[in-house]
Amino acid sequence: MAQAISPPEAPEADRGTREHSRYSSDAAGLGKARAGVFMAPALLLIAAFLVFPALWVLYLGLTNYRLTGIAAAEPQFVGLGNLLDAVSNPTFWSSTWLTVQFVLGSAVIGQVGLGFTIAWLLRDRRGPLKRVVEGLVILAWILPSAIVSFLWVALLDRDGGTLNALLGIPGTAWLLDHPMLSIIVFNTWRGTAFSMMLYGAALANVPPSHLESARLAGASGWQQLRDVVFPHIRGHILTNLLLISLWTFNDFTPFLLTAGGPDGKSEILAVHVYKVALQGGELGYGAAVSTIILLINLVVAVFYLRLLRSKK
Amino acid sequence: MTRFVLGRIGFYTLIAVLLAFFTIPLLWLVTAPFTSDPTYEVSVPDFTWDNFRAVVEHPYALPSLWNSVVLSVGTAVLVVLLSALAAYALSRVRLPGRDALLYALLLLSSIITGTAAMVPLFQLAVELNLIDSQLGLILILSGGLLPAAIFMLKDFMDATPKSYEESARVFGATPLQIVRHVVVPLVRPGLATIAVWAVANVWGNFLMPYLLLSDVEKQPAAVITYTLYTEGGQANLSMLSTFGLLYSIPVVLMYLFVSKKYGFRFHGGIKR
Repeated sequence: MAQAISPPEAPEADRGTREHSRYSSDAAGLGKARAGVFMAPALLLIAAFLVFPALWVLYLGLTNYRLTGIAAAEPQFVGLGNLLDAVSNPTFWSSTWLTVQFVLGSAVIGQVGLGFTIAWLLRDRRGPLKRVVEGLVILAWILPSAIVSFLWVALLDRDGGTLNALLGIPGTAWLLDHPMLSIIVFNTWRGTAFSMMLYGAALANVPPSHLESARLAGASGWQQLRDVVFPHIRGHILTNLLLISLWTFNDFTPFLLTAGGPDGKSEILAVHVYKVALQGGELGYGAAVSTIILLINLVVAVFYLRLLRSKK
Repeated sequence: MTRFVLGRIGFYTLIAVLLAFFTIPLLWLVTAPFTSDPTYEVSVPDFTWDNFRAVVEHPYALPSLWNSVVLSVGTAVLVVLLSALAAYALSRVRLPGRDALLYALLLLSSIITGTAAMVPLFQLAVELNLIDSQLGLILILSGGLLPAAIFMLKDFMDATPKSYEESARVFGATPLQIVRHVVVPLVRPGLATIAVWAVANVWGNFLMPYLLLSDVEKQPAAVITYTLYTEGGQANLSMLSTFGLLYSIPVVLMYLFVSKKYGFRFHGGIKR
């Protein structure tokens, strides 16, 4: 399902709420009953296709439900059996470890690092150079995942791929020989736009006078970054880290490049769930792993929302 | 002075590397469709339109693009309609537990993802007979997008003045008339944002249609693309590149439209 985005900061909301509390008369004469009617269709869909699945996955994870066979018709309650299966399953642990690499490599280091670098390089610029660079980065972000995945499959191909032709070293099958490195670089390429835009906006809010006085006091470029810029945008860095970690953690796109292979060497948790549950038919086990994913998402999201609230 | 020159050289070298990194993967998409016999490697096209004919003649290519239109427009319409009604009610009427509800919505929309919910959603679709139903998929996708849409729209609604609604009410307009004739014109930028955001989300979405639509005649372009490069050993590159270009153009146009109109910084941007 599409992940939703929430604005890193929404000054309008602040203003609106304040205005609202001063002025909370029911302007349209809607009334509570009619308000309920207005909200009902949306809440119904959310309940059916978002809340219910999340609760249902908790239950399914406690059964031996399968796609086919007896356990498809009459699943048995197995309690924490699936969880025990998971912790004793080497693929589960390798998937977890690969997911950590994927999130740390492509989101925390790749997207934040590159996103900040581009925003910093282009901070005082207007004009075509800025527009071209930003446009290309955003293009990588908005193009359909199936398309960009194939572009990278072509780019990284052993014999005909452009990368090997450029490097002059035909013979490296990047997706087979270095599957994790491939999807980490791919996801950095694809996801940097969000961080770039966020840091672009954040850097625009750093008072130039602070940087100016640091420069006059003889601070080097790095010292200016460390002592003026980073403290100023710390909140942005944190929200950015939490959000893109959450998205990357749940990203299924690597499946389109490597299908988790070869031999599970790029089977991150999102792909692991798909492989065991929908290809392997072990729906109960898949649901149990999904429950773990859900809990991790919950923890990260609570931190994120706390951070948003404390800013207001 | 030397320091300045070195700085400039460093800056432009870095920019050049970045440009290469972001451009090279995309080059194939704009050259291969116009090349008679494209390989994986990027090459200078000899400008032929034959590949486009192959796409037109392919039994599933253009229909799948139409399926993408149906799914994304259907979802966008539903999401805009339902989130506007819900956000309006939440913005204008003081309901008990409103803030808790909004907080819960925001939390839900970020934690329940395709990865976490693929098993129950698949089972739900089987039980409700929604496998191979485009309408079913639209409902499921809408359920996922609605919380964030409501949240974003409520911000817009809160920021609009309420005096127009009051005067409309004095003149005897019903709440639904007020929404249609007073509120909708006021929050039109918000509605447009949500619509574009929903279309972009569904247009590129792979996982849900891949899971829930097995009938190749109902599958959107995302799934057909994947089939084109995994099925039958040898990928048909002229077909794939040309189809990929056609499938990409709508989001590029949408991006250009949005960035011209809103500067592409509207409320946090669109989510991939």
